[in-house]
Amino acid sequence: MTVTEDAAAVAPAKEVGQARKRKEDARLITGKTTWTDNMVLPGMLHLAVVRSPVAHAKIRNVDVSAAKEAPNVVAVFTGADFAEEQGSLPCAWPVTPDMVNPGHPSIAVEEVNHVGEAVAVIVARSKVAAQDAVELVDVDYDLLPVVLDMEEAVKDGADLCHDHIESNSSYHFVFDSAQVGTGGDVDQAFSDAEVVVSRRLIQQRLIPAFMEPRSVVVQPQGDNYTMWSATQIPHILRVMAAMVTGIPEHKLRVVAPDVGGGFGGKLQVIPEEILCLMIARRLGKPVKWTETRSESLMTAHHGRDQIQYIDIAADREGHIKGLKVRLLADMGAYLRLITPGVPVLGGLMYPAIYKVPAFRFECDGVFTNKVPTDAYRGAGRPEATFAIERIMDELAVELGMDPLELRRKNWINADEFPYTTVAGLQYDSGDYEMATQQALDLLGYDELREEQRRRRESNDPVQLGIGFSTFTEMCGLAPSRVLGSLSFGAGGWESASIRMLPTGKVEVVTGSTPHGQGHETAWSQIVADQLGVPFEDVEVLHGDTAISSKGLDTYGSRSLVVGGTAVVKAAEKVVAKARKIAAHLLEASEDDLEFSGGKFSVRGTPGTGLGIQEIALAIFAAHNYPEGIEPSIDAEATFDPENFSFPHGTHICAMEVDTETGFVKIRKYACVDDVGAIVNPLIVEGQIHGGLAQGIAQALYEEAVYDADGNLTTGTFVDYLVPSANDLPHFDTGNTVHEATSNPLGAKGVGEAGCIASTPAVVNAALDAVRHLGVSDIRMPLTPERVWRAIHQGGDGGDRATAGINAYGGASTETTTGESTDASSLGGDR
Amino acid sequence: MTHISVRVDGASYTDDVEPRTLLVHYLREQLGKVGTVVGCDTSNCGACTVHLDGEAVKSCTVFAVQADGSEVTTIEGIAPQGGLHPMQKAFHEMHGLQCGFCTPGMIMASIDLVNDNPNPSDDEVREGIEGNLCRCTGYQNIVRAVRQAAAEMNPAGGQA
Repeated sequence: MTVTEDAAAVAPAKEVGQARKRKEDARLITGKTTWTDNMVLPGMLHLAVVRSPVAHAKIRNVDVSAAKEAPNVVAVFTGADFAEEQGSLPCAWPVTPDMVNPGHPSIAVEEVNHVGEAVAVIVARSKVAAQDAVELVDVDYDLLPVVLDMEEAVKDGADLCHDHIESNSSYHFVFDSAQVGTGGDVDQAFSDAEVVVSRRLIQQRLIPAFMEPRSVVVQPQGDNYTMWSATQIPHILRVMAAMVTGIPEHKLRVVAPDVGGGFGGKLQVIPEEILCLMIARRLGKPVKWTETRSESLMTAHHGRDQIQYIDIAADREGHIKGLKVRLLADMGAYLRLITPGVPVLGGLMYPAIYKVPAFRFECDGVFTNKVPTDAYRGAGRPEATFAIERIMDELAVELGMDPLELRRKNWINADEFPYTTVAGLQYDSGDYEMATQQALDLLGYDELREEQRRRRESNDPVQLGIGFSTFTEMCGLAPSRVLGSLSFGAGGWESASIRMLPTGKVEVVTGSTPHGQGHETAWSQIVADQLGVPFEDVEVLHGDTAISSKGLDTYGSRSLVVGGTAVVKAAEKVVAKARKIAAHLLEASEDDLEFSGGKFSVRGTPGTGLGIQEIALAIFAAHNYPEGIEPSIDAEATFDPENFSFPHGTHICAMEVDTETGFVKIRKYACVDDVGAIVNPLIVEGQIHGGLAQGIAQALYEEAVYDADGNLTTGTFVDYLVPSANDLPHFDTGNTVHEATSNPLGAKGVGEAGCIASTPAVVNAALDAVRHLGVSDIRMPLTPERVWRAIHQGGDGGDRATAGINAYGGASTETTTGESTDASSLGGDR
Repeated sequence: MTHISVRVDGASYTDDVEPRTLLVHYLREQLGKVGTVVGCDTSNCGACTVHLDGEAVKSCTVFAVQADGSEVTTIEGIAPQGGLHPMQKAFHEMHGLQCGFCTPGMIMASIDLVNDNPNPSDDEVREGIEGNLCRCTGYQNIVRAVRQAAAEMNPAGGQA
């Protein structure tokens, strides 16, 4: 017998790394959970919002007299009622010192700037009474010109989205590697280059489309207020709502109960949250607002919506010499919480996994009369990844080179980490070759290439293409100092505390607020290992500022990397505090104690030992503990990362394109992701699947379309195509593991990976199938109509036939609907 | 107002409802059956799916008065006391849910699917639940869950 064998026999299996089934499921699969809209309070009143049917107008008159007389209507408010107290919804990210922010009233007072903007609010005893009265409000509008097309909007003399500011430009942001000192002179690199490829790419507008519609309940109690909201960010919301409404922060409690998805779409301080607070304060009664799906699609913030002009310079052998990116980023009508920051955050990721010697990124934030854009899964990074992975394929075509060979020539090798990119980011770890090899094997690459060749030769009406995306992303938002240098209005730390209850059970309080990610399970696994207590003995509390007083919530693949690390740090403090008690009770020196499997024992004295759960009871009784310390082993920790983490992976899509109908079908999708150390493989795989679905949906299905008057024509799930099970393929997934170096868990973040990586793989695959037919771009989403037009008529497939205009086509009007215009064709070297 | 009598999850209710009241609003607001949720207003998402006399229906597309004299089963009424229906168990075991908002409707639609087709293939499951939208899972684990539950619900059926 050896000591080692003995220890192994008794040591419980580590929880971290196990595919634990989720604790959260019990209430979700039985219909016993608490969504905000389930809340019913005595005397609660219901709100319905009267919304602008026009995109840009002066409000001449709002007649609410008929609505006020309607049965069961308690009050009707207009913008004039709140003009003095509503302030502006917050924008926390002034990306340049001279950024123009027009201000964002929660309810319009004099002017509406997008369809769906609130102009009046009905307060009634029931939801149906409130909704009925919406019809009775009569608003007179003096119509103003509607600004929709970014390329038109930035021209001299363009119509203005807001007439109180000078232009439609919010900001002009520039990152230049020569100026910053992270790389060479990009203009020089281009003038010296042997090959330059330029493209104009469209990142269409998307809608996050979380399944749970947004809902807000506010209960006033004297001068205290409790707000329940279907939000990703109860902590940020509390601070911001206090600042906007003047309710002191300590008088406002915000609760995010179970929240049905967010994807960035609930990373917001919404007009209705402020309206609910102001109306509850005015009436002294609890109020509830729950949106309809149509309201959600029309007024919850959208994502993406950029025009990307990207130029890449290389030598004939395929070595990248320089990269230039210029963006027009659609802000919509207003700046919301991080609207201006999304494209700028993405700006750092254009160099991706490649060794780029010189880089310039420029971005114009442009106002249009549409609902504001803001975070949507990936927030800037999917856009960047799409553009660079598309242009790499275009460069490969230009050079007559295999797209993977071109990538290999330029990517950072495994032995070059840590690697500081031309954008100034220090990538932590990875092995792009290893992930790529595994993904090729998963796909069955060689056979599919062979089939592609056969179909080409036989002129098969169904052609096959293979597309790559070798991506990285920036996760674990964020080092506070970095956020400060980017002028972000907050830090990026996260908080956790651990409470040891008398019975030995453990409460873990996290500041990172989940909405489907499984924190309760993963955090339990972490704490079970750290404290040596059973997984079942851990309860994770979150989402209520009265319970979890400090936190920065969930977005940017930060929860495990930053919030999970705070949990580890808090657990370490618990053990350190318990060690002092254990030493006292065991009458031993602290230095002689070892802690393993939840037990302190005196080194070399078998049989002695005191469990941390027993210590919890002993310190609760507090009859016998060392002098000079407090009778508690509870602990709190705040973790501020020193660096981001950089997950990476290789995604490969094999796509069938029916050249006769334009119908595209994913034949096979394989991806290998490196998300660092994995706490729960079940949850990680689920996050990858969900991300893939959304990234593929951008490529194939989803597009928020506005008509020439600024009406959202994709305002229901009939028109906005969130894919069903039948629209998506089976995913073959795998992992490599290169641990993050910036946190003790070694975790890198997984929430956004699938969404960031997949879109260009899908589009590259479709193009690979039909490039021999003269097609070099197809605009997303790849509807059969667009694909057919690109094959048979040339161009990029043009606008959707149902759209009068979608702001990317320049001169498109009702009469040119569906036509590919000059402005919608490829830019650059064609 | 119209008078209706309906059995929901094994209990009998009689109520006066407005003729325009949708079944889902009756369930949620009058009976407190908030396990069934509303995800859209065009009958696309399926989050509100319940069983009406044993058939899956989107309860936002049925008036409460249409349920008069009928038996309604919601997510709250499918499991034996203290236990789980095989479909609930399979969703848990296969990680067929994340945020869980679509889950009640997805489970109700899936039970109906398996009742109609005791041994569905992957493709048949995907077709069978295409009236229910999920934004979190990408559906792959839902497909696994439905097939596992089908095997448990119909042990003689075997797997395709």
